[in-house]
Amino acid sequence: MSVVGNTALQFSEEQAMLLDVAREFCRDKSPISSVRAQLESAAGFDQAVWDEMVALGWTGIALPESCGGSGMGVATVVPVVESMGRAMLGTPLISTTLAGQLLLRSGAGDSLEPVLADIAAGSPASVALLENGDWGDERLSCHVDSNGQLQGTKKYVVNAAVAALFVVVVEHEGAPALALVRAQELPAGAISPCTLIDQTRRAGNVDFSGVAVPREALITGSAVASALRDFRLLGALLLAAESTGSAASCLDTVVDYLKTRKQFGKLIGSYQALKHPTVEILNAVDSSRSFIYHAASLVTEGPLDKDTEIACRMAKAQATDTLLYAGDRAVQFHGGMGFTWECDAQLYIRRAQWAQQQFGDAQHHRKRLASLLLDS
Amino acid sequence: MSASEQELQEFRAEVSAWMQENNPADPGFLLPQTFMEVSDDQQLEFLREWQHKVWAAGYLGMAWPREYGGGGVDAKFQSIVDREMRRHAVPICFNVIGLGWAGPLINDIGSEEEKAKYLKGILTAEDIWCQGFSEPDNGSDLGNAQTRAVRDGDEYVLNGQKIWTTMGNFAKYMILLARTNTETARKYDGLSYFLSPMHVPGIDTRPIRKITGEFGFTETFFTDARIPADCLMGEEGQGWRIAMQTLQYERGAEAGNAGGLAMVRVTIDDMIEQLADVTRDGEPVLRDPIMRDQLVQAIMEEKALAIGDKRAHIGPLTTDYPGSLPLSRKLRASEMTRHMRKLAINLQGAAGGLYVGDDEVRQGGFWQRAYFNSFSATIGGGTSQVQANIVGEHVLGLPK
Repeated sequence: MSVVGNTALQFSEEQAMLLDVAREFCRDKSPISSVRAQLESAAGFDQAVWDEMVALGWTGIALPESCGGSGMGVATVVPVVESMGRAMLGTPLISTTLAGQLLLRSGAGDSLEPVLADIAAGSPASVALLENGDWGDERLSCHVDSNGQLQGTKKYVVNAAVAALFVVVVEHEGAPALALVRAQELPAGAISPCTLIDQTRRAGNVDFSGVAVPREALITGSAVASALRDFRLLGALLLAAESTGSAASCLDTVVDYLKTRKQFGKLIGSYQALKHPTVEILNAVDSSRSFIYHAASLVTEGPLDKDTEIACRMAKAQATDTLLYAGDRAVQFHGGMGFTWECDAQLYIRRAQWAQQQFGDAQHHRKRLASLLLDS
Repeated sequence: MSASEQELQEFRAEVSAWMQENNPADPGFLLPQTFMEVSDDQQLEFLREWQHKVWAAGYLGMAWPREYGGGGVDAKFQSIVDREMRRHAVPICFNVIGLGWAGPLINDIGSEEEKAKYLKGILTAEDIWCQGFSEPDNGSDLGNAQTRAVRDGDEYVLNGQKIWTTMGNFAKYMILLARTNTETARKYDGLSYFLSPMHVPGIDTRPIRKITGEFGFTETFFTDARIPADCLMGEEGQGWRIAMQTLQYERGAEAGNAGGLAMVRVTIDDMIEQLADVTRDGEPVLRDPIMRDQLVQAIMEEKALAIGDKRAHIGPLTTDYPGSLPLSRKLRASEMTRHMRKLAINLQGAAGGLYVGDDEVRQGGFWQRAYFNSFSATIGGGTSQVQANIVGEHVLGLPK
């Protein structure tokens, strides 16, 4: 067996349809002027656009029909998220989808149907996982104390201000468990908003201390650890899909400028010092796209296997590096203009910096890939 | 024409058995890794005999028409053969310019006479082909080729010089790009394309020694060499277009290749395998975190390319810049190969500084030779820098 291994690629009718619809929707609803209009808003997205996305059924794509979803799996979320990334459309779709996947895979069974039905119906959700800045640290100090109250603070919780439901990852009897917390259960002032480098996003630190967790709101059992692992991989995949879309539109921005800006009497795109790195961006975007749809071809409803883990990690490692490079070069190639707030290059370079850390940066994933590929 | 899955499976088993049975023993002399380093008659005759044997077994040119020596079956069969050849690590089918470039071209746009005259000899390896495109002063700028072809009655008279002629000293025919008109407004319009014989007075070759120490290329000199006028392919002035079409076959962007293994396959797996006993800081090199990261990146490069080849066939996933995957492929694949082979030497530690001929060099210097040879793909057929221009201009629409 070769270390290059599985190179499967399938693209279903459903995926093609969703890609088509989502590309058009995001282009219409999220022109760059709308993206900029949201940079300093409280929620970071337009509620009316979110309502339309919910009405299109996007929050239920990967949830079963029994919960009001369409049962098409995460594979079909990928083209939607890629399209959102392309239009820099920030909404709670990714965090809500991932919260749904974590719950769905947690082994809690039918009892979660009402919660999943809320998610499918568009109630925003977010997973509260990190307790420090280390995506590779799986230790947890957040826990439910002997009085049945949560103790601990979670960091960088995505969409904390708008989430109706938090899935809080806690330590319980030496194993990870999931505590379900409704937004209205949080004490006043529990959420401290973060100022993010990527202004198309919102996150906050959330102090869950003192929130009562009844037994039925605590999901325990051996499936939780496996669900968490898959959540991290699917998170890596969806962030990779979004980054790929963003890198693709960053490339378009660069290409447009190189075709219109003149210096020394020539269009600057004719200079190889700019032309060749732009081709490198194209090739990197191509690799990212290949990896995300390869990973999408492998994801299953059950626990993700080794090939899928490799695919998700490669997708994130590649897409992260691609967007970092594209954003960095976009600023440089716009010259003095690139140094300004007004230039759209800033949107991409800022997103690149936030997105690279989410669910682990390229080095995080390559380190794990080395074990998966070289130690067998 | 279309073959059932079962039929293909059976065929795979048959080919595998044949390769197993007929894979020649080590001849006791250095065999070329690619068709670009056939250095002497001993190597030539060995490879000629092998290619003829593969053809005679029905395993070469399987998708070419039967009347011209091909098999007349679905190209899927040839793909199976090619994969089995790689798997069994058999010698290369070395007549690559005929099999992969001139042959498909003649098949696609040649006249009946040309097909009848040339195709079978390409497959049997009786007729070795070479290519006369690059000139000493016009490598990347191929459109500026200055070798002259002047019509004189029933003949063209050739004068000028070509370079990097692979197997020029062994070839019977050359695909030749020459200038028939020096007065055209666009330099490209003065070029014409010839299927030229090599064994005529006034055509001389001189072998070039390569960076690896081996031979394989020649310079080719034309001094009032006379070739029949019917060697002209198409019409005068169509040379540039036909040359560009030839490059499409060469770069794998256009189908029609007769098949066969064009170069010794070197995989990342082979690279990793050779490292089993190499240490770094006293530990196995494969435990070294920095080197592991380098290997993972090399694996990712290869995997991305393999998945990309599949994605190229999925319409909705190629709408951004149609053509980006096929047009970038030569650039990406050749650069990837170069990176990988460079890394392979790096990973060897101090022994990486030995070369072919040293008793202790790893695998006879295979990787050192392979690294140097990888430049033939990043330079030949349009340098990576020219490829990047092509992709930038034709895919992204950037200005020239």
